[in-house]
Amino acid sequence: MEFVRTQRVRIQTDAVSTLPLYRSAPSLEVRLEDFELYAMDRLRVLKGISDGLSRGKKPEEMKKLVDNLWKANMSHPDSSEVINKDIISHFVLRLVYCRTEDLRKWFLSMETALFRYRFLLGSSEDKRASMAEFDLPCKAVSSAEFENVRDKLNQVARSIGLPILTADAIFYKVPFEEVPELIAGRRVYIHKGYAYVAMHQVVSLVVTQFRSILSKALILTNRKWTSTIREQEKDRLTPIVEALCTSYLGPDYSQPKEFGEISVKDLDQISKSSFPLCMRHLFDKLREDHHLKHGGRMQLGLFLKGVGLKLEDALAFWKAEFSQKVGAERFDKEYAYSIRHNYGREGKRTDYTPYSCQKIISLTPGVGDHHGCPYRHFSDENLRAALDRMGVGSRAVEDVMDKVRNRHYQLACTSTFEAVHNSQCDAGINHPNQYFSDSQKILQSKNNAAA
Amino acid sequence: MTIEEAENGRDDMLIDGPDRANSIPDGFNANYLKVYYGRLFPHFDIFKWMCYGNDGKHPACDKSYFGRREFSFTLDNDIYLRFQSFNSASELESSIREKCPFKIDIGPVYSVDPAKRHAYAQGGDNVFAPVERELVFDIDITDYDDVRYCCSGADVCLECWPLMTVAIKVIDTALRDDFGFNHILWVYSGRRGVHCWVCDGKARRLTNEQRGAIADYFRVYKGNENSNKKVSLTGPLHPFLARSYTEVLMAFFEGNLLSSQNILSTEERYEKILSMIPDESVTSELRGKWQGRSSNSKEDINVHRWGQLKHMLQSGKQKGQGLRVHEIVFTFTYPRLDMEVSKHMNHLLKAPFCVHPKTGRVCIPIDPENCEEFDPTAVPTLSELLQELNTGGIGADVDDEWDKTSLGKSVRFFRSSFLQPLLKSCKEEMETSYNAKLQQTKNNLSW
Repeated sequence: MEFVRTQRVRIQTDAVSTLPLYRSAPSLEVRLEDFELYAMDRLRVLKGISDGLSRGKKPEEMKKLVDNLWKANMSHPDSSEVINKDIISHFVLRLVYCRTEDLRKWFLSMETALFRYRFLLGSSEDKRASMAEFDLPCKAVSSAEFENVRDKLNQVARSIGLPILTADAIFYKVPFEEVPELIAGRRVYIHKGYAYVAMHQVVSLVVTQFRSILSKALILTNRKWTSTIREQEKDRLTPIVEALCTSYLGPDYSQPKEFGEISVKDLDQISKSSFPLCMRHLFDKLREDHHLKHGGRMQLGLFLKGVGLKLEDALAFWKAEFSQKVGAERFDKEYAYSIRHNYGREGKRTDYTPYSCQKIISLTPGVGDHHGCPYRHFSDENLRAALDRMGVGSRAVEDVMDKVRNRHYQLACTSTFEAVHNSQCDAGINHPNQYFSDSQKILQSKNNAAA
Repeated sequence: MTIEEAENGRDDMLIDGPDRANSIPDGFNANYLKVYYGRLFPHFDIFKWMCYGNDGKHPACDKSYFGRREFSFTLDNDIYLRFQSFNSASELESSIREKCPFKIDIGPVYSVDPAKRHAYAQGGDNVFAPVERELVFDIDITDYDDVRYCCSGADVCLECWPLMTVAIKVIDTALRDDFGFNHILWVYSGRRGVHCWVCDGKARRLTNEQRGAIADYFRVYKGNENSNKKVSLTGPLHPFLARSYTEVLMAFFEGNLLSSQNILSTEERYEKILSMIPDESVTSELRGKWQGRSSNSKEDINVHRWGQLKHMLQSGKQKGQGLRVHEIVFTFTYPRLDMEVSKHMNHLLKAPFCVHPKTGRVCIPIDPENCEEFDPTAVPTLSELLQELNTGGIGADVDDEWDKTSLGKSVRFFRSSFLQPLLKSCKEEMETSYNAKLQQTKNNLSW
């Protein structure tokens, strides 16, 4: 792509499909203003998708959401520009989000989700066109073979709540590796390494292809970015690119700022006053069992780092608990490493960022685990009891439970915050560390007022 | 990465038994281990396995393959050496003999020699990444603590071990019939569980996402003690679950576990099961039948009560109650995998034929076809093996000393049932891909 400051754009694109696969950067000129504006518009769509997913919206709701987001942000008065805007904004954000593993991961999942729902929203002609553009590794199941496995296919259909198959149902046979999400959800019959994919599930196959192509492309873009583009464009594009991702995603709470340090002796008190339920539950369980499994240690450990617990204090804190269960020696040998690791003192030496709500909600705690989002992962009864312990009044509990039923977990947490602090939280809760710092702010101002 | 399995505290080491004056004292120590690595450990078999045919003379062999595999050693004093790599069988063997690791873990094959990863990292481009790894599973009996009453924690006995047998049957069948894998190795973890290595080329090249998908395919447990139910089934069962249920789980639950774990014998225990049934009219009726009196029939009380419960749920006035029976059986018997181990290529797993420092037992392969015959309490221990060596006479064939000990059976099984078929298919695969490549170059030249 070429970027020019004010002239009109010279379009030279051969992409006609309404759903581009973004295989290669188009050769067209883009005004610098559009470069940024288009990217911001697309970012709004991706952020909207991210919010929708973290609220646990169902596929049908997501489809509607994506449709609305796309119409609201990605239209263009000049209809011939629409496809260009789509392509340009994608490639700009590719530059923005190619630069670290975390950014790539986020962009990859949001773009993949966007592609999925746009594919589903398309007409059957659009779908066929997209399928033809990919070189899909599948073959149609012959009618003789279909009869052989029909019972099994029906069994799968029933298990996912679909009607019995008709005799003319179309199935594709693909290596199971190509449809991981259908495997993960047990939504296909698999036999001897092949998955039997129904026509309506083809989206999964297409999405997997899209994802794998984009994933590879992002690595390449990153190489190009670090080797040439960043330097060449240091006066023009680089500042825009670098500003774009921070302008929208909010702080990552990897460095405690506002409240300086927290010492071990304060932890009990602030856990009661200012920890969100997910962290308070972990904290209480740790005090009770003197142990937490890996997922819990990560979620709580990184949160405490964000809160301002220094490495030395963190080691002392975890050791005091764990040594009661496994002994001090075993703690030093087996657990201290991962705590230093979280603080970037071991291994890759990355300073890890505390988990966001979105990440916590997406976790899948298993037997013996206490991490995850209580609003999502607790049973009704346990959640009510936990809220009661936090001092949430019965009316507010109903409000929280109502939001939980609608799978608005972050809103449920926000309501809890408001009930506990007896004050508004308009921005909503997006991050456990944000919950903490908002809580501290309120408590401090109350203290000041009292003094 | 935490190594939760590495329980190397040797403080509660067993001291020799009462009247075994002349025998090797029981237990485990570095001196025994030295002898074991020197005379019994099948170094060469591990090497052949990890080469996957790349140590041959075929032009398609990748000579760097074995050297890019990570081994990691846990030493006597809990020093943990990661990213060890070796270029030959003899290098591997002499390092093991010299360092005498209490535990050997096997990691992935990396893009470059893991021992030289820092040199490659200088280039800036992150070229150091795992490229191949067996698909592995780790099943640990401690994860069943809420459904077994005979033992808890790291203890196992013959009452609860069958849970592992069931896990092997369910997972092994699915790996072969559903996913089409052929080269599968099951290994006793030395104490409280089993490990599974799926070694087909296709399995070794799976991405993390694909590994995660397979792990999820096997997952029926949602939630934990913070949510009510362990297993939540919604409609008719997927063919995989239906097959597991009818072919393995149901028979095991009714014919074995129900009585051996006394699942319905006391109020506390049956209440746990009743809490899994949401319909209160059913639970209160059953409670009425069971409370305060022991059954007077000759039948086992657990079997009797289970029959009543099943009858009530299945004759059901309400639809869908039959599914509760499934849920109960799945909760008590379905395999509980440590998902994280399977999901990522760079997870380490203990090598077969290691000796568990706490039990002294060797991590020997388990034959999935006859897994019900496997008895964890009869697995050879380090001291038993040394005893056998001592009494076995001197001057026998030096290479195959294991053959005259009780380890012989296991090494022979490893070779004949796993290693040989594996290497045969590695060779064929190599041949096919080489010929395809040749054909391609030929075609390119022909025009």
